[in-house]
Amino acid sequence: MHDVRETLMQGRNSDGQPVRRPLSPHLQVYKPQISSVLSIFHRLSGVALTGGVVVLALWLAAAAESPHTFLIAQRLVDSFAGQLVLFGFTVMLFYHFCNGIRHLLWDAGYGFDLSTMHRTGYIVIGATLLLAALAWVVGFAIG
Amino acid sequence: MNEVNSARKMRSALGQVRGYGPAKSGLRHWRAQRLSAIALLPLTFYFVISILVLKGANQVAVRAYMHEPWNAVLFLGLAVCLFYHAQLGLEVVIEDYIHNEGRRVLLLLLMRGSVAFFGLLATISILKLAL
Repeated sequence: MHDVRETLMQGRNSDGQPVRRPLSPHLQVYKPQISSVLSIFHRLSGVALTGGVVVLALWLAAAAESPHTFLIAQRLVDSFAGQLVLFGFTVMLFYHFCNGIRHLLWDAGYGFDLSTMHRTGYIVIGATLLLAALAWVVGFAIG
Repeated sequence: MNEVNSARKMRSALGQVRGYGPAKSGLRHWRAQRLSAIALLPLTFYFVISILVLKGANQVAVRAYMHEPWNAVLFLGLAVCLFYHAQLGLEVVIEDYIHNEGRRVLLLLLMRGSVAFFGLLATISILKLAL
């Protein structure tokens, strides 16, 4: 079934040609805001992290397979590209983690007013960067 | 009493006749997503610490780590919650953005199959390392 709103979106341009008007929310003219950007990034990070769990499964499988297979897996992880991907997953993980707490608090009925929502949004960004940096500093310190 | 009933009944008579509204399984999905998220809060910390502990480790060290019952249990719990939460999340994303019914059903089946495959791969691998 087509979107019922489409019935209201039929129009004609100045040449008299029928046109389909764009459906709300008109993403191309919508100003990005902290609320919408963080919300979109929550989904984006969630989808990206499913790639992360696949990598985790393969890493565990390599360890279960044989010492040789695991050596290859560890080399891939230690490569520059591997480290870059791993850093990306770290940021995504901590973002999804922090913003997930924000979502759980909303589900419990807290933090709905605009100023609180904006403040918790910035807290999430700060906490994400802090936790990701902390994890990598500790990782480098371990050696 | 009547007032309470009408307040609780959110669907109009017409909406009920036309079959609008939930398919009666929405709350279960919503709850499962939240409960798996709550379980993943402590498990994520455990996971990050484990990855840091296992940084640069060889296979013998990983096996020794998973051989500890606590680690095996926590890693199994992590894998179950993680793959379950991933499936629930991807379901919502696919249902939201794929409007063609045939394609949506096909993609949901493919996604669930893939999540089950990699979830089982992770679980069996943890068990093999642990035992």
